[in-house]
Amino acid sequence: MSQKEEYEAKIKAIAPTSPLFKNCLFAFLFGGGICAFGETFRHLLMRIGLESSDAFVQVSVTLIFLSAVLTGLGIYDNIAKIAGAGTLVPVTGFANAVVSPAIDTKSEGWVLGVGAKIFTVAGPVLLYGVLAGTVYGLIYYAVSLFGGGV
Amino acid sequence: MSILYAFLVGGALCVPAQILIDRTKLTPARILVLYVTLGVILGALGLYQTLRDAVGCGVSVPLIGFGGVIAEGVKKAIDEEAFLGIFKGPLTAAAVGTSAALVFGYLTALIFNGKPHKM
Repeated sequence: MSQKEEYEAKIKAIAPTSPLFKNCLFAFLFGGGICAFGETFRHLLMRIGLESSDAFVQVSVTLIFLSAVLTGLGIYDNIAKIAGAGTLVPVTGFANAVVSPAIDTKSEGWVLGVGAKIFTVAGPVLLYGVLAGTVYGLIYYAVSLFGGGV
Repeated sequence: MSILYAFLVGGALCVPAQILIDRTKLTPARILVLYVTLGVILGALGLYQTLRDAVGCGVSVPLIGFGGVIAEGVKKAIDEEAFLGIFKGPLTAAAVGTSAALVFGYLTALIFNGKPHKM
C-alpha cells in the first residue's frame, strides 16, 4: 500500500460521513419552494391577463432579478450553504452563477474582469445548450425534409 | 393544486444534483450544463412540453426549462425559416433568460462590491 493509499484509508475511517439525506431533504425543500413560488407568481400573472407562455418567461425574468439582488446583498450565498442544489438547479442558481463572478471580478477591470468572468458559468451553459439545440435542429430538419409530413 | 405539483417536481429535480455534489466531484457548472442538455433532450422528445402542462414552474424554473425552451425555439425557427432556423433557434429561445442574467449581473456589479472572502 502506498503512502497515499494509507493516508486515504485513514482519512476515510475518521472523516464524518456526509449527511447526504439531510442535504437532499434541504435541496428538495428549497428547490421545491422556489418552484412553488414561481408557480404562484405565474398564476397571479395569468389572473391579470398574461398569456400562459408569456407568464413562464416573466416568472423566469423575475426570479433572475430577485436572485441578482439577493446575490448582491450576499444573502443568496448564505441560503445556498443550507439549500445546496436546491438553490443551484432553479434558474435563480444560474443567475447567481452569472452575477457572483461579475461582482467578484470588479477589481480585475470592467472588460476582462467583469466582461469576461460574467460568462464563467453562463458560457458553458449557453455553449452546450446551443450545441444540443443544434444537434436536435439538424435531426428535426432532416426528418422534415425526408420524412414528409412532420 | 399545480402549486403543490410544482413544489414536489421542482424539489425532486434538485435531489439528483445534490447527490452528484455530495458523491462525485462534479462542479456546479457541470451540473448546470448537464441539466440544460437534459432539458434540450426532453424538449426534443416533446416530454418537456407535456411535463410543463402538468407541473408548470416545477419543470420550467429548474434549468431543465432553459433547455426545453431552446428545443422549442429550434423547432419553431426551423418551421419558419427552414435550414437557417437551425442556427437562429437556439439563441433566440435563450435570449430572454441570458440577457436578463447578464444585464442584472452587470447592474449588480455596478452597485455592490464583492464581500471580502473569508478564509
